[in-house]
Amino acid sequence: MDLEVMKEYMPLYREAFFLTMKIGWIGILGAVIIGFAAAVVRLLKIPVLHRILGAYIELFRNTPLLVQLFFLYFGLPKLGLSISAPFCGALGLMLLGGAYMAETFRSGFEAIPVLQTETARALGMSKFQTTVHVLLPEALSVSMPGFTANMIFLLKETSVFSAISLMDLMFTAKDLIGLYFRTVECLTLLVVFYLFLLLPVSILGSIVERRVRYAEFGA
Amino acid sequence: MAKELLKIEHITKSFDETVILRDLSLTVKEGEVLVIVGPSGCGKSTFLRCINGLETIQEGSIYLDGEKINDRSANLEKVRQKIGMVFQNYELFPHKTVLQNITMAPMLVQKKPKAEAEKEALSLLERVGLSDRKNFYPRQLSGGQKQRVAIVRALAMHPEILLFDEVTAALDPEMVREVLDVMLDLAKEGRTMIVVTHEMSFARAVADRIVFMDGGNIVEEGTPSEFFDNPQTDRAKKFLSTFSFDRIEKKDEYAGNPI
Repeated sequence: MDLEVMKEYMPLYREAFFLTMKIGWIGILGAVIIGFAAAVVRLLKIPVLHRILGAYIELFRNTPLLVQLFFLYFGLPKLGLSISAPFCGALGLMLLGGAYMAETFRSGFEAIPVLQTETARALGMSKFQTTVHVLLPEALSVSMPGFTANMIFLLKETSVFSAISLMDLMFTAKDLIGLYFRTVECLTLLVVFYLFLLLPVSILGSIVERRVRYAEFGA
Repeated sequence: MAKELLKIEHITKSFDETVILRDLSLTVKEGEVLVIVGPSGCGKSTFLRCINGLETIQEGSIYLDGEKINDRSANLEKVRQKIGMVFQNYELFPHKTVLQNITMAPMLVQKKPKAEAEKEALSLLERVGLSDRKNFYPRQLSGGQKQRVAIVRALAMHPEILLFDEVTAALDPEMVREVLDVMLDLAKEGRTMIVVTHEMSFARAVADRIVFMDGGNIVEEGTPSEFFDNPQTDRAKKFLSTFSFDRIEKKDEYAGNPI
């Protein structure tokens, strides 16, 4: 392994790292918003919308991200709607992640017994107060591990972005290998940068998880 | 004579086709302890849940302090502050400490300042012997402790009437006692209470009046001694007989020769 070569490639990887991170986090943020909204709609069983979102969740959970990206990137322009590659990547991640997050949040909501909310109501709390002070915190603490797992999963899924010619980490590694055949160096750097991207999320996730869940589940 | 605090007139409750309560009427006076007994599924719990509007009734009226509370126009959030309810499985909020569980509703609903709510919570906790547990989470408490906290949580809202829904049914015998002692204490200080229970000796000790329910209505009512010593209906006699055992006669071959 040639460290000099690796040093030389570093700037390219760094650039790809920031691109991956940017698109990844925008995608995750969108996924959380979509997922939460979808979970609430499904929980309240809002007519029509509830069915549409159900179909959305099944569609995106049961097709690969790569296929979804191809559809967005190559399919939509055929329908007269072309979007840039970075936007396409973020959108794909949002839609896929939204479906996963929706299910994670829903399972959290459903884990809270009806009697908990009834108790809050029996104490005179309004629907809104019950939701904010009882239902949400309890549901989120149940959802927390699934939520962290989803984030890690989504960040890893960014590795298919190269298929829509986004210069992410995977793309950069493949490109460099193709050009200079420094396979070992390129792949090592790839692993290191993915760890940079994901380890903080794992570590931070478990710290937050422990804090959020301490009250209910202990250390 | 004490005034009528709660007046229930001809209420009917059904879930789809199943009628749970049929044409039930009952009056509770201020300071009275009413104990409801009856077989499982007779509608006791549903009856309590109808009083504070957790279940809607199809027919009839419920008056608290002369005010009709089962109207659409009635403010249920106001009404519920006057009716404290304690559930079988405690239903403490698991993400809050003991103290937070108690102060939550007074602070959110009655807008009490935190210091005042906490001071009051602590003195109530003191009364039930749990002031040293104020910063514990529910999962760190025993069942009996949880239930005492749940009672304190209801008391902190200064309700006019307390509803207890089989509050000892999920507890070990020794914990049952610590919870019942708290309830006896509340009864002694003159609180108005409706207690649904299967603890017959407790019912006899605490009740001013016993109501026996079966099939969604009141079958018999009377003072504890009338009901327990001299039940009038066959249904009540049959129900009460399930709580006593006749001494068995061992067969000769086992006499003096235990297995």
